Amino acid sequence: MSLYEVIRFALRGLSANKLRSALTMLGILIGVAAVILLVAVGNGSAKAISDRIEALGTNTITVMSTGRGGTTSTALTVPIANALVDPALAPDVASVSPVVTASSSTMTYEGTEHSVSSFVGTTPSWFAASNTPVGTGASFTTDDEAQGRRVVVIGQTVSEELFPGVDPIDKQVTVGGALFTVIGVLSEKSSTGFQDANDTAIAPLSAVREVLTGYGSLNSILVEAKSPDKVDAVQSEVATILNQRLKVSATASTTSRTGGNTSSTPYRIQNASQLLATQTETADTFTTLLGAVAAISLLVGGIGITNIMLVTVTERTREIGIRKALGAPRRVILTQFLIEATLLSVLGGALGVAAALIGSSFEIVGVKPVIVPSSIGLALGVSIAIGLFFGGLPASRAARLRPIDALRYE
Amino acid sequence: MPRPVLDVRDLTKVYGTGEATVHALAGVTMSVDRGDYVAIMGSSGSGKSTLMNILGALDVPTAGSYHLDGVDVSKLVDRQLALARNRLIGFIFQAFNLIPRTTALANVELPLAYAGVKAKERRRRALAALEVVGLADRAKHEPNQLSGGQQQRVAVARALVTEPALLLADEPTGNLDSHSTADVLEVFDELSASGRTIVLITHEPEVGDRAKRLIRLVDGRIVEDIRQSAVDQIPVGAATGRHTR
Repeated sequence: MSLYEVIRFALRGLSANKLRSALTMLGILIGVAAVILLVAVGNGSAKAISDRIEALGTNTITVMSTGRGGTTSTALTVPIANALVDPALAPDVASVSPVVTASSSTMTYEGTEHSVSSFVGTTPSWFAASNTPVGTGASFTTDDEAQGRRVVVIGQTVSEELFPGVDPIDKQVTVGGALFTVIGVLSEKSSTGFQDANDTAIAPLSAVREVLTGYGSLNSILVEAKSPDKVDAVQSEVATILNQRLKVSATASTTSRTGGNTSSTPYRIQNASQLLATQTETADTFTTLLGAVAAISLLVGGIGITNIMLVTVTERTREIGIRKALGAPRRVILTQFLIEATLLSVLGGALGVAAALIGSSFEIVGVKPVIVPSSIGLALGVSIAIGLFFGGLPASRAARLRPIDALRYE
Repeated sequence: MPRPVLDVRDLTKVYGTGEATVHALAGVTMSVDRGDYVAIMGSSGSGKSTLMNILGALDVPTAGSYHLDGVDVSKLVDRQLALARNRLIGFIFQAFNLIPRTTALANVELPLAYAGVKAKERRRRALAALEVVGLADRAKHEPNQLSGGQQQRVAVARALVTEPALLLADEPTGNLDSHSTADVLEVFDELSASGRTIVLITHEPEVGDRAKRLIRLVDGRIVEDIRQSAVDQIPVGAATGRHTR
């Protein structure tokens, strides 16, 4: 009996039990698709995290004050920021941008109100350093900053809220009782976490301090290195200068204020490349965790396949008995059942991969899944192996039975 | 004298061990000539089903020899047994045992497929076999669309399609009503008239009466062996059948 005939027998066997065949394939499909998608979601969120961190700019460091009370002696001020621009002590610094942030300031245009979640006052160098390009219009100039002109660059969200269908350039908006002229709109930026990165407005430091925040301390100082591999050097240069400027009062105030705190400096330096390294580690842990979850679901899926295969073959033991009584050799019966199992697992697995590929083109819980090719191979391989083994093993056992025992099987 | 189709000597079959030992067959010796139509009768537990399963090469005896068409079946390995079941024996079950959700034609083609017959030839022979049992018009029906009698006639067609030396039937009418029983028995009469060797087991006297030879089995032994009509004559019951010539 030729292999072609056996394949036809297997196909007939599958089509004779359409519902059961379909359910078996569905089980395999779900198992395979779940594993591939789960790993893809893990990988996608890890990738999203690192993308966001890279978007922050990898050649910058951010200096922030750790002082809660904000005593003048430990606070970051404009003179301190200016002191960081020092070709002798800090040769690797490209630019320094002092930053003040006014949270939730209301911007009004012709009666429309919008609460901007982050209203930033800074210097023009900030745009390049923070990787925030201006889309339309222009950014403000050093002269604008020096003169304290009330001009503002707004984010995409602000533009859509206040100027639907209108060109916002050169329009006047009211912020904190003062008129600002919109001179530019930022390009769309991918959101970093829960906050909408596009719900922002950037204005000259002097203007923001005058109108919104007052002349207190800075929120942070953004320092740009001349190249990404100079970031560590810049960090130590900045630390040296800050220690010099804050030394005396810093020791006195830290001992009195933060008892057991190991950090004795009144400032904190955030290094984007360090952050990236840490986050990559975190993402790896995350992927491992999801991999473990995927392995468990593959195991559960595998048990499902095992179950269906066992039931299918057991239920057909009688049929195997009939076939043997009609003179079917053991080899032919075994081949038929193995081909049936192979077709079910391969078709189910292939459909599962297809479902996973289709599913990965959608966002799942806010994450764009990124398929890991090896997960496809693993999921397919395991489910096909399980299907073959647990389809083949009981079939070979049944084929070895004496026909009378197989016929009597209930 | 040509060699017998079937020849068993001192056949025994023991189930279980120790105190639970059951001697289903306690030394059966018989031989069946070509063209004979033998009915084996016996009450439940007389060992007739066990004997039938051994004759059909579905089960193996504990001791004794079994020659089928000159071949010593007890010496065959699994592969050759499959061949013997396929070529030498046509087995008809009490429970019909058609493959479910498969058409009558495909069921009848099955033994030919295992024999390696080409699809076209297979179809022709299967249709011819269905013609013999009078079911050519039901070739495309699945078992659940056929009555019990029709299913059993499909099973008969399946058993005779490979032109086996021996047709074995294990209570072929046990699951049928009297009308269907008559239909199936007529098919057997006709097959016997055309020279086929048939061995069937039954506990219904009207089935046994139609055979050419009647064997009674009690407790695994043959107690009676009656010749009811000559081997080369048509069976006694065939005269009253609808296929009377």
